[in-house]
Amino acid sequence: MTEPHTVAFPQDRTCPYHPPAAYDPLRDERPLSRITLYDGRPAWLVTGHALARTLLADPRLSTDRTRPGFPAPTARFEAVRNRRTALLGVDDPEHRVQRRMMVPSFTLKRAVELRPEIQRIVDERLDAMIAQGPPAELVSAFALPVPSMVICALLGVPYADHDFFEAQSRRLLRGPKAADIEDARDQLEAYFHELIDRKEKQRDPGDGVLDQLVHEQLREGTMDRPELIALAIILLVAGHETTANMISLGTFTLLQHPDRLAELRADPTLMPAAVEELMRMLSIADGLLRLALEDIDAAGTTIRAGDGVLFSTSVINRDEAVYPAPDTLDWTRSARHHVAFGFGIHQCLGQNLARAEMEIALRALFDRLPALRLAAPPDEIPFKPGDTIQGMLELPVTW
Amino acid sequence: MHIDIDKDLCIGAGQCALAAPDVFTQDDDGFSTLQPGGEDGTGDPMVREAARACPVGAITVSETAG
Repeated sequence: MTEPHTVAFPQDRTCPYHPPAAYDPLRDERPLSRITLYDGRPAWLVTGHALARTLLADPRLSTDRTRPGFPAPTARFEAVRNRRTALLGVDDPEHRVQRRMMVPSFTLKRAVELRPEIQRIVDERLDAMIAQGPPAELVSAFALPVPSMVICALLGVPYADHDFFEAQSRRLLRGPKAADIEDARDQLEAYFHELIDRKEKQRDPGDGVLDQLVHEQLREGTMDRPELIALAIILLVAGHETTANMISLGTFTLLQHPDRLAELRADPTLMPAAVEELMRMLSIADGLLRLALEDIDAAGTTIRAGDGVLFSTSVINRDEAVYPAPDTLDWTRSARHHVAFGFGIHQCLGQNLARAEMEIALRALFDRLPALRLAAPPDEIPFKPGDTIQGMLELPVTW
Repeated sequence: MHIDIDKDLCIGAGQCALAAPDVFTQDDDGFSTLQPGGEDGTGDPMVREAARACPVGAITVSETAG
């Protein structure tokens, strides 16, 4: 029997909107491959769409990173694995309680209600960017501030503190050192301690999600302070970093596909389908992590209890069996059922809000700036390394 | 057509309401529920898409009322 080749995971992308070229051989091995993690440890990589849906919904795969043997994609993840997390980092039944508490604030209806506020924020940021340019650096002028302001309004976090929490989020997700992550986590915890103190003293609570949690769950003892802080950190970080990356990388991708962009401009009703297709194509959270708690039969083999199981969303979302010509951007395909938001009980809590933000931001950006174009050669524009959420580090544009 | 929603499984992702808004909505707690008059699926071809979109398999669609 020949040993199947193993690929190191994760790797850097060569083009920011395509999976790393080094993952190409994995497509021929669908739906399951062997990979090697940074520390030399072998793990499974799920690459087939149907198997991904099955396994992401399988309770025998844990997301509790504090469990011994949980697979780590980087040394810095390993160093902070034991820190308390919420939602994505806990299994049912604990997860279920947290998720159910959060759901009413993140429904489709709530996202629709927030649309005018999102539009107001988008217009305001564009006004400011246009007043100062051209040119502009789109990440700092638009892609990051829009979701940052939206999540602040939703949670009840003062946007005036954005320089602080954006910097800490960046360190939390990208290090570069383990000490950066630990320190960023400490600073965010201290920040939320203080913010919760202030909210507890308010006679008239604000209408943010955190105000509600402080005045209901915390006061009634259904949630303790460390849990509330862990929840606040994940909501704030996941709430702005991911969407910011989709806006910056989505803009870059559209500018690199002028025919697709022209179609979108000619028919704005294509925008919801375009957002789904961009989500599928860009798969910015590329490497979901799980630990097998029991033996699981999959794809004619057995994943053993204790094995690490990773999911490459970028490879899964290009499964030819589900998406013909998967490397082509196509608004007319049904990109629905992509796993860019994950699948199973941990599927992105903020997906309805994220869709609304992406639709409104991209539509307004290209409406207001018909001559928007890159202000540097595309292959010289820096994007994020493969071991974090994918997106542009900078996006110089002019119009 | 009969639609069954398992509210114990539902995580309130809202994917059913996104796929087939004439049939599904979310209640005040965020859980999936049928729109008034949506009990028989109103023959909406998107009902099966909605069931497939559910990340936790909480929706089952059967051809005849049970």
